[in-house]
Amino acid sequence: MIKNPEIFVITSGKGGVGKTTTTANLGAELARNGKKVSLIDTDIGLRNLDLVLRLENRVVFDLVDVAKGICEAKQALIKDRNFDGLYLLPAAQTRDKDAITQEDMIKICEKLKNFDYIIIDCPAGIEQGFKNAIAAAHKAIIVTTPEVSAVRDADRIIGLLEANNISDISLIINRIRVDMIKKGNMMSIDDMLEILAVKLIGIVPDDEDVIISTNKGEPVIANLKSRSGQAYRNIVKRIINKDEEVPFLNLEKYVGFMSLIKKFFSNKKYREG
Amino acid sequence: MFDLSSLTSKIFGRKNASKDVAKGRLKLVLIHDKANVNSDLLKIIKSEIMQVLMKYTDATNEDIDIHITSTESEDGEGFVPALTANIPIKNMKKPNEETA
Repeated sequence: MIKNPEIFVITSGKGGVGKTTTTANLGAELARNGKKVSLIDTDIGLRNLDLVLRLENRVVFDLVDVAKGICEAKQALIKDRNFDGLYLLPAAQTRDKDAITQEDMIKICEKLKNFDYIIIDCPAGIEQGFKNAIAAAHKAIIVTTPEVSAVRDADRIIGLLEANNISDISLIINRIRVDMIKKGNMMSIDDMLEILAVKLIGIVPDDEDVIISTNKGEPVIANLKSRSGQAYRNIVKRIINKDEEVPFLNLEKYVGFMSLIKKFFSNKKYREG
Repeated sequence: MFDLSSLTSKIFGRKNASKDVAKGRLKLVLIHDKANVNSDLLKIIKSEIMQVLMKYTDATNEDIDIHITSTESEDGEGFVPALTANIPIKNMKKPNEETA
């Protein structure tokens, strides 16, 4: 069945802010909601999405094999065992980012027609890997943390996305620490939205459950007690039900809750999807 | 009946500690990365070994387990990747026996 998937790229500029974790959790939660999802790891040479999803032992073909015509896209897709409808197209581990082109990515995504969503995990940096990752994307989700370096890179990425005609950009602020914000030692959500003028789609608390679940290769969304899991589940609700108001996590009341809501819903583009 | 080690691990909450899971998974994936052996190559090796085995034994595809593990290197300094094959021998074929 042809569904014409919505294609998201998860990007950040800076490394280590949580792109791969975000990709895994959004994909797993979308699948848990009955959607058919293909994740694509474009971090060629530094493959990790397979490991985060505990699919590392099942990689046969990879993205470069598909690009070079060594196999069909559906042969390279690994079906997740825990989440029905979730598939991974893994990156090659022994090649470099120049092994594929932007055109390759567009062609590969065109072959994945019977998915509801394609989520592309972008490598750090702004070189060829980034260009490949955004080539086929309709929408971008930027992951950042409340650190000066991450925010600066996010701002640079927003500029590059806009220059590449990706105007639907939303922001996930990751690793929020309420205790530090309260003391004034961490930028608040409002502080960051002031600097990065894009719509907010989620805030994720700094949570050791993420480390524990990644150790085991189980997305944290499956942990119904964890706050970060709840944060990711909320983001997926906002992705699926574009018009529905999904309240932000309780922790936001400490960080300018009302102004946050105002900012989120004053963004017309988001509401119209 | 009474297992002291499992009791202590329960008390200290270290049973199935996620860091051990992480360490185990990492070691395995790093061995694969360093050996640069993908599952595809393993499949080819497996099928060729299988052809030889089938000449002489009743082994079937399901009996044979080939994977990459690590083994202590000969100089005793660290570990090196090793190809491990576990092949139970069911019945040796008699020389005059017909092949199925």
